[in-house]
Amino acid sequence: MEPFKEHKGLVYPLNRSNIDTDQIIPKQFLKRIERQGFGQFLFYNWRFDDDGNPREDFSLNDPKYDGASILVSGENFGCGSSREHAPWAIQDYGFKVVIASSFADIFYSNCSKNGILPIQLSEQEISNIVSNAESTNYYLTVDLENQVVSDSEGFKATFELVNYLREMLLKGWDEIAVTLSHSDKITSFEEQSHS
Amino acid sequence: MENPKTIIDKIWDKHLVHQEDNKPDLIYIDLQLVHEVTSPQAFEGLRMKGRKVRRPDRTFATMDHNVPTIARHIINDPVSKIQMETLEKNCKEFSVPLADINHPDQGIVHVIGPELGLTQPGKTIVCGDSHTSTHGAFGALAFGIGTSEVEHVLATQTLWQAPPKSMKVKVNGRLSPAVTAKDLILAIIAKFGVRFGTGYVLEYTGEAIRNLSMEERMTICNMSIEAGARAGLISPDETTFNYLKGRRHVPKNEEFDAAVQSWKALATDEGASYDAQVEIDADEVEPQVTWGTNPAMCIPVSGLIPNPNSAKTDASKEEIERALDYMGLEADQPIASVHIDHVFIGSCTNSRISDLRKAAKIIEGKKVHPKVHAMVVPGSQTVKIKAEEEGLDKIFLEAGFEWREAGCSMCLAMNDDIVPPGERCASTSNRNFEGRQGNGARTHLVGPEMAAAAAIEGHFVDVRNLLATSV
Ligand code: SF4
Repeated sequence: MEPFKEHKGLVYPLNRSNIDTDQIIPKQFLKRIERQGFGQFLFYNWRFDDDGNPREDFSLNDPKYDGASILVSGENFGCGSSREHAPWAIQDYGFKVVIASSFADIFYSNCSKNGILPIQLSEQEISNIVSNAESTNYYLTVDLENQVVSDSEGFKATFELVNYLREMLLKGWDEIAVTLSHSDKITSFEEQSHS
Repeated sequence: MENPKTIIDKIWDKHLVHQEDNKPDLIYIDLQLVHEVTSPQAFEGLRMKGRKVRRPDRTFATMDHNVPTIARHIINDPVSKIQMETLEKNCKEFSVPLADINHPDQGIVHVIGPELGLTQPGKTIVCGDSHTSTHGAFGALAFGIGTSEVEHVLATQTLWQAPPKSMKVKVNGRLSPAVTAKDLILAIIAKFGVRFGTGYVLEYTGEAIRNLSMEERMTICNMSIEAGARAGLISPDETTFNYLKGRRHVPKNEEFDAAVQSWKALATDEGASYDAQVEIDADEVEPQVTWGTNPAMCIPVSGLIPNPNSAKTDASKEEIERALDYMGLEADQPIASVHIDHVFIGSCTNSRISDLRKAAKIIEGKKVHPKVHAMVVPGSQTVKIKAEEEGLDKIFLEAGFEWREAGCSMCLAMNDDIVPPGERCASTSNRNFEGRQGNGARTHLVGPEMAAAAAIEGHFVDVRNLLATSV
């Protein structure tokens, strides 16, 4: 996994609540056996009509958001199916950070395992960001080391992240390798529980 | 009792492998279930690093999401075919037992785990599937994980997890006749919302829960994730032990008796405290129908579809408007007046033998409405055979239902079982998200009896009226 330290990027606001992973990546695209290449299917049913043409009324198709790398949304983002294809699609499309007023549990952990930084901010902070991003080309800087999100106009918000995830993202750990360094403990657990 | 504990804490404590400061706990996973959709990248990850599956004997795979439910061997979509073949290859290479499409045990992963007795009280169970919460019905701590975590468990048989917060969901009183477990869990989600369980493990308790059968308990725990909870469970009792006795992977004879003793000790102690609690009265619950695009958008069958103008906030007004627009419904319309095009009885929520029996009872001697296409997809081949032994297939077929092979089918429409755009389906599954049953498809979640009743009438009806007239 790529380490994550600091990131400055264009904000794309998708101000809805309860966006589920079926919307992030519809099931017809879950059949691939690779991890790559899911970005083209991100929000597919919202982005494209039945003939596969981009829908003009869906904001991600607005050229003003081309190159956006920070996705901002409402509460309970990523609810529903556990499919890790959702963060894979978000990442492959070019997003490095997802900011929401709350996240679904499985999606949150799936993000961090792929080097995407999930940031929870208050509804007030989100609505400031959304209105800026809807009206101008709006950039945010995310500093993971200090857990701060800021813009060039003086907006500044701090965010919480459990220490373990912070370390994992900062260092880009191979989590399995870390766990395998505890193999002796796993083995002795198995012996004790006769399993 | 000194220091009373919840079942959640008891299971947790028994599975601790390692603890250190500033880290989640490393917990042992007793069983990992695997299916074709969320596993290929995990096996590929192992291969790239030259890693092995640590405990193939604690891993069990099946095919369910992609499988055709007619002509099982003709998989039209080449990409689906590759995904299924990939699972076969991976299981062979890593020595993981597999109930493939030809296997008599094949079925939806959350139906066959309990059926085979792999699911047992006190176990930690994971699967790359959010409805893993189903197995909590047995007093197991069972939760869905992502593919990176699937790979982690394959390689290490453990996971790093922060100790969960606990929430007691107390269901007082008794359900009225013909009101089902599905109605109860939908009513709970409608009352407390789609994210009241986020960050918690739910423990369902109370008289109404105690009175549920094992299969009904599975329906309840299955939908914990629709309330945001990664896991939901029920302390084991005689109902649990009776269900498990004699199943293939359950200990036999004296070992069974010893297991029962240890399972009994798992139940939450009197006076144990939870981090949160909610309560609902079972006798208030009516048969439910969802009207919108998440499972909390749900009303009693006697109810009216909500009006956005009575929403409390602008955001919820907008959400209701979007949902009505997608669903093609009018505000203030009685839900019972809504006509349907399809009926799907199936999915890991409601495809077990008792679900099929309940639906068959409503349908017996009647005909599916001429404008409705209706199908039954048993949860497993075992359920299918059992139903056929009981003659349920004939009841469904004579009424005009299609009778299919086991799989996820129209719950998520990854195979050929798709609801066409703009059409409306009464479905016994668990998610009414936009496009879930097909692009543009409109899903209404209901219990199996309500689905059966809607199939006959062509629109939603209170199944209790139908039962009253047939007596
Ligand atoms: S039946 Fe539906 S919810 Fe259950 S495992 Fe299959 S796709 Fe998932």
